[in-house]
Amino acid sequence: MNAFWMICTGILVAVSCSSLGSFLILQRKTMLADAISHAVLPGIALAYLLSGSRSPFFMMFGASVSGVFTAFLVEWLEKKAGVQTDSSIGVTYTWLFAVGIILISAFAGQTDLDQDCVLFGELVYVPLNKVEFAGFRIPLQTLQLVPVTGLVFAFIWLFYPALKVYSFDPSFARMRGLRGLLLHYLFMTLVSLTTVFSFESVGAILVVALLVVPAVTARMLTGRLSLLLLYAALFAVASVLGGYAAAYALDNTLSACIALCSGLYFALVFGLKQLFLQRVQKKLFTTGPEGSEVRV
Amino acid sequence: MNAIEVQQLHVSYQDKPVLWNIHFQVPAGVNYAIIGPNGAGKTTLLKALLGEVKPALGAVRFFGHPLDEVRSRVSYVPQRQLVDWDFPVNVLDVVLMGRYASRGLLARIHRSDRERAMEALASLGMVDLASRQISKLSGGQQQRVFIARALAADADLYIMDEPFAGVDLQTEKIIVEILHRLKKEGKTTLTVHHDLTTVNEYFDGVIMINGRLVACGPVAETFRHDNLSETFGGKLPILESVIQQSHKNPVQK
Repeated sequence: MNAFWMICTGILVAVSCSSLGSFLILQRKTMLADAISHAVLPGIALAYLLSGSRSPFFMMFGASVSGVFTAFLVEWLEKKAGVQTDSSIGVTYTWLFAVGIILISAFAGQTDLDQDCVLFGELVYVPLNKVEFAGFRIPLQTLQLVPVTGLVFAFIWLFYPALKVYSFDPSFARMRGLRGLLLHYLFMTLVSLTTVFSFESVGAILVVALLVVPAVTARMLTGRLSLLLLYAALFAVASVLGGYAAAYALDNTLSACIALCSGLYFALVFGLKQLFLQRVQKKLFTTGPEGSEVRV
Repeated sequence: MNAIEVQQLHVSYQDKPVLWNIHFQVPAGVNYAIIGPNGAGKTTLLKALLGEVKPALGAVRFFGHPLDEVRSRVSYVPQRQLVDWDFPVNVLDVVLMGRYASRGLLARIHRSDRERAMEALASLGMVDLASRQISKLSGGQQQRVFIARALAADADLYIMDEPFAGVDLQTEKIIVEILHRLKKEGKTTLTVHHDLTTVNEYFDGVIMINGRLVACGPVAETFRHDNLSETFGGKLPILESVIQQSHKNPVQK
């Protein structure tokens, strides 16, 4: 039964992270997600210190506020101070992360919150903390991830066309009156929420891995956005399953095995695609150019 | 009625001034070109007109209104190098963006949008490429997709940034046809243009800038030697031949 809950939790994280990740890689903002995932720390610490509770509601609130604040600060430094995107991300998140750590250290005596429990979750511990829900005993973290995943799906479904045009050509979208910045901040709120809840259950490296790797792998296989989302989710879920099997067989860390697995799928797809392209190119030049529009 | 009215427009990036005191008017129902040397601020001018760059000073009005009130009447063709042509969408997807981008974040795509998008593609001779992935397009085809997207928006004013840059002859002909057709329908176009030899043939009016406004008006009166040399600086012999050529045989090219 524990295995079931671990895999369940992993799949929820996999699906929501890979869906958001698909848009992140298209917008070239994966580093921003990485930054947000660290910069939520001060928000969580403040929410905890002010409310005195570790209830999901306050965590969610604190995380969203600091996540959006990060996105805002990065945008602001870029636009107003003319700092390059990658540099402004580096400046912003290291600073916020430091503030978070200082807050936690300063008040560590009075709290049971430390950076470990925010940043280094481990899937294996998920089944330890169960709560009663609708007559079943379900791990709290699995339960929390259900509405988060639901929110990710609802968001993508509601804003799909807008996300498409905004990701492809943000300046055209703005020109035509689309409120791209609002969409951007909504999206970043969701990224913050998802990363915080996923962190707690599966740890930092796995969250970043699941945000980026399955989407990049899927990107090599399709030229359609809807299929990109589907394939990314499939690769993410397959990573969870494969990772679980590997961890079981090798008696090793589960989160790391899942991250490793997603990397292996990437390498596999990349290798196969290169092989396929080589074949096609050889064929092209042995049979002669057929269509003038074929680009090599 | 003027399609565009610009007054005292000043734009700077950080502490570097790019445009000084630009002022001009583009009447409705004409094809206008913006010309100027590299670094003259042509793209910046478009960005300032469209609110993408905030001017330090000055006002822009479209059909007598600020842009935010008439956004749906203004469409835009950006430089095609600015987007990722590997993006996982097909040609029709991109053209559809012209339909729904102005409808807000919750926009849906209707059947009428698809029909209108296909019409726009037809006018650019691209119907058979509708389901092609955009990474498999040539440069000229990319440009036509962008123009189709702008047309699908059914605007009254079309602002285009270098649509003729690096396109094949067929695409150039098609774009010129589109310019003529839009004018016939009473629409206005404003195009950043780089090929001086075709200004006379393709456009009714010309705006000449080089950091500041040199001249603006109908081609016959404005596209003259003195204005050109003021816009482009020293290279007089070349400019001389350009003007002679374009005025002597305006159609032949």
